[in-house]
Amino acid sequence: MTEDRTPPKLRVEGLEVGYGQHPVQRDVSFDVKTGSIFAIMGGSGCGKSTLLKALIGLLPPSKGTVCFGMENYWSADEARRAEIGRRFGVLFQGGALWSSMTASENVALPLQMFTDLDAASIDALVQMKLSLVGLDGGRTSMPADLSGGMRKRVGLARALSLEPEILFLDEPSAGLDPISSKGVDDLIVELRDGLGVTVLMVSHELPSLLAICDDGIFLDAEARTPIAHGAPRFLLDHSDHPTVRAFLTRERPAAPGQAKEDNDGSR
Amino acid sequence: MTAPVTGRGWRATVDGATTSLALTTDWTTHEIGIETDLVDRLLGRAGMRTIGFETSGLGRWDSALLVFLSDLRQVSVERNIHFDDTGLPVAARRLLALLPDRASPAAQPMARDGLFERVGLVVIAEGTELVAVVSLVGEAILRTGAALCGRSRMRGVDLIACMRDAGIGALPIVTVVNVLVGGILAFVGSVQLRRFGADIYIANLVGVAVIREMAALMTAIVMSGRTGAAYAAEIATMQGTEEIDALRAIGIPVHDYLILPRVSALTSMMPLLYLYGSAAGILGGFAVAVAMLDISPETFIAQTRGAVAGSQVLFGLTKSIAFGALIAIAACRIGMKAGRSSADVGHAATSAAVTGIVGVIVLDAVFAVCANALGI
Repeated sequence: MTEDRTPPKLRVEGLEVGYGQHPVQRDVSFDVKTGSIFAIMGGSGCGKSTLLKALIGLLPPSKGTVCFGMENYWSADEARRAEIGRRFGVLFQGGALWSSMTASENVALPLQMFTDLDAASIDALVQMKLSLVGLDGGRTSMPADLSGGMRKRVGLARALSLEPEILFLDEPSAGLDPISSKGVDDLIVELRDGLGVTVLMVSHELPSLLAICDDGIFLDAEARTPIAHGAPRFLLDHSDHPTVRAFLTRERPAAPGQAKEDNDGSR
Repeated sequence: MTAPVTGRGWRATVDGATTSLALTTDWTTHEIGIETDLVDRLLGRAGMRTIGFETSGLGRWDSALLVFLSDLRQVSVERNIHFDDTGLPVAARRLLALLPDRASPAAQPMARDGLFERVGLVVIAEGTELVAVVSLVGEAILRTGAALCGRSRMRGVDLIACMRDAGIGALPIVTVVNVLVGGILAFVGSVQLRRFGADIYIANLVGVAVIREMAALMTAIVMSGRTGAAYAAEIATMQGTEEIDALRAIGIPVHDYLILPRVSALTSMMPLLYLYGSAAGILGGFAVAVAMLDISPETFIAQTRGAVAGSQVLFGLTKSIAFGALIAIAACRIGMKAGRSSADVGHAATSAAVTGIVGVIVLDAVFAVCANALGI
């Protein structure tokens, strides 16, 4: 394997995350290369979203380090953390739009808060970002009046508002119909190629994972630690871990007892 | 070929009907900002047919470039100018392909209604609201009847939880408010009565005022701010999170499940709180009278017993039941019709508290007029 010379956009080492005394995941280590689409995979309840919270600064990890560029995120002071955080774009699972603002206002708020652009420029940027995610109508709609897919698109436009270097997407295509889901996948690839952002996405949508991700880790709920590293497509072809195989091929994992019997050759 | 025109970050060279735009330096929101009138300057020349690009000098770029190119393309399309994007970076061309090449039609300004329409709409809205409130009251009465016969879907645990919250949970604040009001009445009253040497009647004043008016009224105001607002906020939040839709979809009657326990709990707890509040109010008056006005405890008790008649307690009890029902029904109705945003939850809570307090005072005035007419 050739060593990549450019430093990773994000490096996670020996991370342990959890609530109180109970670690949800431990010994999590991975690098996210600049310009890659990295997947955090795993079944429901394995701690994908908890891990994401530790990466975007919402939940301090109990052990380990998260480095953006060369900078250790969690050992920085609060002001510096906020500054680093402005380089992230985060799309939350349900969109997490501010419900008392219109779609446009949702995208405009970060720009109003953190740039000194005038109102006309902000407006032009907001229109462009919303068009970019395919939302030409409904700009003045309130979030409650938007469909789930549209809310996600507005959320994505908001995540893009401050020209992020790295995009964190929590289940970007979950709950969408296959065509919209494909649209979001294509959009993520376009944004990566066009804007050069690095994407880290949490997902258990197989088609998305296989289609667009070029690296990833697989978290396991029982082992409470990553059990596989690599692109989903690579893992599909090469991983022989039963859980990973079951996840990626959609087959039921062999029950432990049955596997034993098979090994014993008693069948 | 004419001499190039330059600006910050660009250089335009005109060659016949073709303009070639060379982009130079960095095109980021930080470096260059967004120039909104640039497009008109570039495309304003008559007889222009094609605009092309040359980007060998282009540094870093972000949305600022995309906004500019997108505007440029939209105006070019409008004016039948060929937008030749072959000179642009591949990434920019891909992103540009996602953007519409025609300006989306500006949103139609809402047609303003005339005075008649607006008055009509308000009347219709108020009429609808009145019907909704009346049907809610009707349903509350009918379903309470059904519940008493054991034929409702209300869950006992919900009722008990609501009763505990509206009953025992409210005791501390009801105590504080009523003791203080009783004490204040004794103080203010004594200043006036002392002039006539009628100090002893302070017990009558406190007893009658507390039992007839203050205990029921103050308790209702406290409960409106405390429990009414909580009911409205809770139900409004459930609207926002689609919990009420879920109840409806499963076929659980929202009225039985959500509204009935709250209305029953508050309506049944208010008279008890009233009795408790009356005792607290008289205790407050008693403390002030004995400690500061030189009236002996025996005298105070004897005077109070003489002044307060059973009919007055009954009057207070009736009022407190009406107040409880009013606060609970208004709060539930406001919660049910709230919108789905987080701001709507705040509006619902405020509106429930205010409606409850104003409603209770108006209803109290109605009671006073009726009592006067009936000679109670």
